[in-house]
Amino acid sequence: MTTLNPAQMDEIAARHPAVFHRSFWQRFRVAVIAGGFVLYALYCWWFFAIGHVLGTANWNIAGTYLADWVSYEVRPEVTIDPDGAMKLTYPRFSPLGPNAEPDWVEIERGTMIRTTPSTGAAADTAQKPASMGFMGTGGTIGGSAAAANAMATATTREEEVVRRAKITLNSSTSVEVVPDRVTVRHSGETLLVDIAGSDMTVEGALPAWATQKAPGEKITLSFGVAGWGEIEPDDISIRKRFFGWANFLFDTNSPFHGKPLSEVFSLVTSGERIDPKQSNLSLAWGNILYNAEWQHLDVWTKLLQTIVMAFVGTLFAMLLAFPLAFLAARNITRSWISNQVTKRLFDFLRSVDMLIWALFFTRAFGPGPLAGMSAIFFTDTGTLGKLYSEALENIDDKQREGVKSVGAAPAAVQRFGVLPQVMPLFASQALYFWESNTRSATIIGAVGAGGIGLKLWEAMRTNSDWENVAYMVLLILIVVFVFDGISNALRSRLMGKPAH
Amino acid sequence: MAMNTLHDGFSEKGALIERHWQELNARRRLYTWLGLAILAMALTGSLWFANETNAGKFFDRLPHFFDFVGDMVPRDGLEVFRALFDLPSPYDDGSFKYNYPEGRLYITGSLYVPEYFHKMLETLNIALFSTIIGMVFGFLLCFLAAKNLVANRLLRGFVRRFMEILRAFPEVVLAGFFLAILSLGPLPAVIAVSIHTVGALGKLFFEVVENADMKAEEGLRAVGASWVERVWFGIVPQVLPNFMSYFLLRLEINVRASTIIGAVGGGGIGELLRLSIGQGHQAKTLAIVLLLLVTIVAVDQFSAWLRRRLVGDHAFRLAQ
Repeated sequence: MTTLNPAQMDEIAARHPAVFHRSFWQRFRVAVIAGGFVLYALYCWWFFAIGHVLGTANWNIAGTYLADWVSYEVRPEVTIDPDGAMKLTYPRFSPLGPNAEPDWVEIERGTMIRTTPSTGAAADTAQKPASMGFMGTGGTIGGSAAAANAMATATTREEEVVRRAKITLNSSTSVEVVPDRVTVRHSGETLLVDIAGSDMTVEGALPAWATQKAPGEKITLSFGVAGWGEIEPDDISIRKRFFGWANFLFDTNSPFHGKPLSEVFSLVTSGERIDPKQSNLSLAWGNILYNAEWQHLDVWTKLLQTIVMAFVGTLFAMLLAFPLAFLAARNITRSWISNQVTKRLFDFLRSVDMLIWALFFTRAFGPGPLAGMSAIFFTDTGTLGKLYSEALENIDDKQREGVKSVGAAPAAVQRFGVLPQVMPLFASQALYFWESNTRSATIIGAVGAGGIGLKLWEAMRTNSDWENVAYMVLLILIVVFVFDGISNALRSRLMGKPAH
Repeated sequence: MAMNTLHDGFSEKGALIERHWQELNARRRLYTWLGLAILAMALTGSLWFANETNAGKFFDRLPHFFDFVGDMVPRDGLEVFRALFDLPSPYDDGSFKYNYPEGRLYITGSLYVPEYFHKMLETLNIALFSTIIGMVFGFLLCFLAAKNLVANRLLRGFVRRFMEILRAFPEVVLAGFFLAILSLGPLPAVIAVSIHTVGALGKLFFEVVENADMKAEEGLRAVGASWVERVWFGIVPQVLPNFMSYFLLRLEINVRASTIIGAVGGGGIGELLRLSIGQGHQAKTLAIVLLLLVTIVAVDQFSAWLRRRLVGDHAFRLAQ
């Protein structure tokens, strides 16, 4: 490496003043812009109150919601009446269906004589639905439905009750309930809770996975991915978490529910007709389509609506933008007025947001794909028209002159002199917008313009159907990737080089 | 030119060429018509399907097509300006339709920011802030996805797939998810738009990087520069103008995107627009539409001007 002496350095500096004596802006512009961004970020931190929002956010719930995307909970609940009678129930819409007896719940039944004072019975039954809340009566076990009916009249009767219930969550986690004691085992530690009437006492210290705000209050158990639970003196509810999507094919009302796939297959191919009016195949297919939890048919219809909205909207936009672009291009239509009018029309259509069009057309056509289609059509007519007219203004004039010089009619000049140059570009841009609209059609659907957006939005609003959201997102991702692929392949063929 | 008409005058080879040409032409025509027929069938099917599944049928609702004009005609022309600047209306009857001064945001005792300007600023801030976040992360990721900088196919593929998923993931789900965790406010919209922007800008950025001139990088490699130094001194100065240009392009798109996200619960002007159209408040609707139109045109013009200064008169594909 050669070394330079100061004189040579000065000489080089004198030869290239632009490199060595740059203005302040030239030297520090990156720093200034970056500093501006940082200042702006600080301003936004204040403007959106980000610190406050993040501080008050409920991050625990985020984990639960995310887990709900790919898993579900089964919620057995043990209730203990004051006289020591126990009952095990599942919520009404349990993924296991009514009258389920899963093998991870061991139940020991027995009979006991229950006396119910007839004065208290009325109050007891009246109170029951409120205290049972969402449990309902659909999934009761152990003859409790009969008990509820009987209580109003009988004062003394023999009833079948649960004597002992053991719920196993995984190999190291189980909850065992007898009327006066709850035993919880988790990762080698044991929690004993004695129950006497409406009081409960914990024996020894609470393990780290159990929390209790004050003595006597409810104990919350968290078993990590296996689930969680709550212990109250009269009510022990456990949530066992399973991975996967519950009842994805058949809901709990279907005769195929809970059967392994091989059995369903043999039923469909060679089994006796379950419903004498139709074959098992059509019954199974109907049950899948009208699955109450997953609503496959509805989801697919809405997804198809989204696809159709993007397709028709873009196609119509292309068909309208195509002739208008010829009017807007300076070099094709030599009329200042028609150029300006069409160009301003394009600007207007483009600048009025797709949202505004979507909201207006939802008013005009009612909620549905027609509104979304029209919104995409209006916006993209503007955008495509602008791009097309710019492409037309940049064409090579020689080809046109050549066709004109042999005496072709004006239409023929456009057809043979202009179209061959711009057609691949036009088609490619339309394809690109088709692909990108497939993506954006989802979101305008959410304001009522049809398609899967609204369904997604509704599924999210309840905060309990995240698995349905995951299903729809998966379908959308598949559709977007497939269309991306098709559009890229077509575009690279049209443009004759690999498109990005 | 006259050759085509002289069928009989061909030599044997000439006739062969002519026949091939005719066959080729016929096949091409067939494909064109076939393509058009498929397109027409798909279109007819789509239209029928859309009409069937729509709440109102097309021909029944067509007379109502211009109903939206009625949604925008206020009681008198000045009402629009009163709504825009939160001035009291002479028609005020206590209903939400004319309660313009309610939304004022007072800075001092008497100086206030009109509600719609404040909300418009919020939407603009959502757009700008999330474009900046998107650019920062897109910038960090794009070099890892470029073929000419990362030889490891696995890493490159992983980063690209990751960006594709960010890009394709529906914004409405992101917004809804964060709306459930964070409370109501503009932050869910910022997160949703940012995540989408990371994917979109990352893709455009790595394409720019792949087209960069590698001579500078080679020079740096020759003197033993590390990967980071090669990227920072060899690639970044070349691609920065294009990056900024894409940033501005994305900003235009994000102003629109944040308006839409606002309408589905992300705050900002979009929400007000949806409410006011839904409730039939003509003056308010027209005021918001006007404000939005002016803002979008202004942002577009500003960005176009800045882009022209940055990269010259390059025609950029409109990316989304």
